[in-house]
Amino acid sequence: MSLTEKDKATVKALWAKIQKSADTIGGDALFRLFTTYPQSKIYFSHWTDLGVNSASVKAHGKKVMGGVALAVSKIDDLTKGLLELSEQHAFQLRVDPANFRLLSHCILVVIATLYPQDLTPEAHVCLDKFLANLSLALSERYR
Amino acid sequence: MVEWTDFERATIQDIFSKLDYEFVGPAALCRCLVVYPWTQRYFGGFGNLYNAAAIAGNPMVAAHGKVVLHGLDRAVKNMDNIKDTYAELSVLHSEKLRVDPDNFKLLSDCLTVVVAGQMGSDFTGEVQAALQKFLAVVVSSLGRQYH
Repeated sequence: MSLTEKDKATVKALWAKIQKSADTIGGDALFRLFTTYPQSKIYFSHWTDLGVNSASVKAHGKKVMGGVALAVSKIDDLTKGLLELSEQHAFQLRVDPANFRLLSHCILVVIATLYPQDLTPEAHVCLDKFLANLSLALSERYR
Repeated sequence: MVEWTDFERATIQDIFSKLDYEFVGPAALCRCLVVYPWTQRYFGGFGNLYNAAAIAGNPMVAAHGKVVLHGLDRAVKNMDNIKDTYAELSVLHSEKLRVDPDNFKLLSDCLTVVVAGQMGSDFTGEVQAALQKFLAVVVSSLGRQYH
C-alpha cells in the first residue's frame, strides 16, 4: 500500500498544521500506548514513572515525534531515510515490530482529540498509510 | 468472565450516555469504508461508494451505521454477559454475512477515533483504555461462533 502523491501531499499539509504540538502529541501517545496496551511497558521497565506527566515519558515522546518529523522529510524514500533508526530498533532496542502499529493507532487517536476537524476520513487514510509505511521502514533491518 | 473495574464500568456508561448515536454510528462506518476500502466488499448493495464524499453522503451507509451503534448499545447494557448477548449476532455475521472477523477490529479502531474526536481532551488515556477493552470484548464475542 505505497504512498501516492496525494497521500504525501496530505501528510505534509497535516504535519505542517500539527507540528507545533508534536511534543505534546508524542508524550500523550506514549502514555496511551502504556495504558491501552500494557505489554508495551516492558520496554520501559527502567523508568519509575510512566504517568502522563512523567518527565521521562514527555522527553521520550518528543524523541519519537522527532523520528516522525524525519520520516515526513524523507517521505519519498522512507526505507533509506529511516535506515539508522531501523538498525537501532532492530539490533539495540529489539522492539517487537507489532508495537509500531499500536503506537501508530495511539498517535492517530491523539491527533483526533486535538484536531478533530482536520482528521477527516480522507486525511485519516493518508496518515494511516504513512504511519504503516513508516513502521515498515522501521522494521527493514530486523531480518 | 470479563472483570470490569468500577472505573471501566462508569467510563463506558458515561461515554455512551453522551454519544450522539445518530452521528457517531454513521461517522464510524463511513470512516471504516474510507480508511479500509476492502471493507466495502460487504456493502455491494449500498450503491455509490466510489469516493469519500459519496460514502459520506450515502444514506444506506448512514442508516447502517446507526444499526451498528444501536447493536453496540446491547453490550453497554449487558456488560457482564456480552458473550451471550452477541451469540445470535455472531452466528449472523459468520453464517449469513460472512464477514472476516478482522474487520470487527478495523471498525472498532475507527469508532475509537470518532469518539476521540467527539470527546477531545475528555478522552484521556485511561478512558481510551477502558473503551478499547470494552470494544475488544465485543469483537471477541462477535467472532466466537465462527467455525
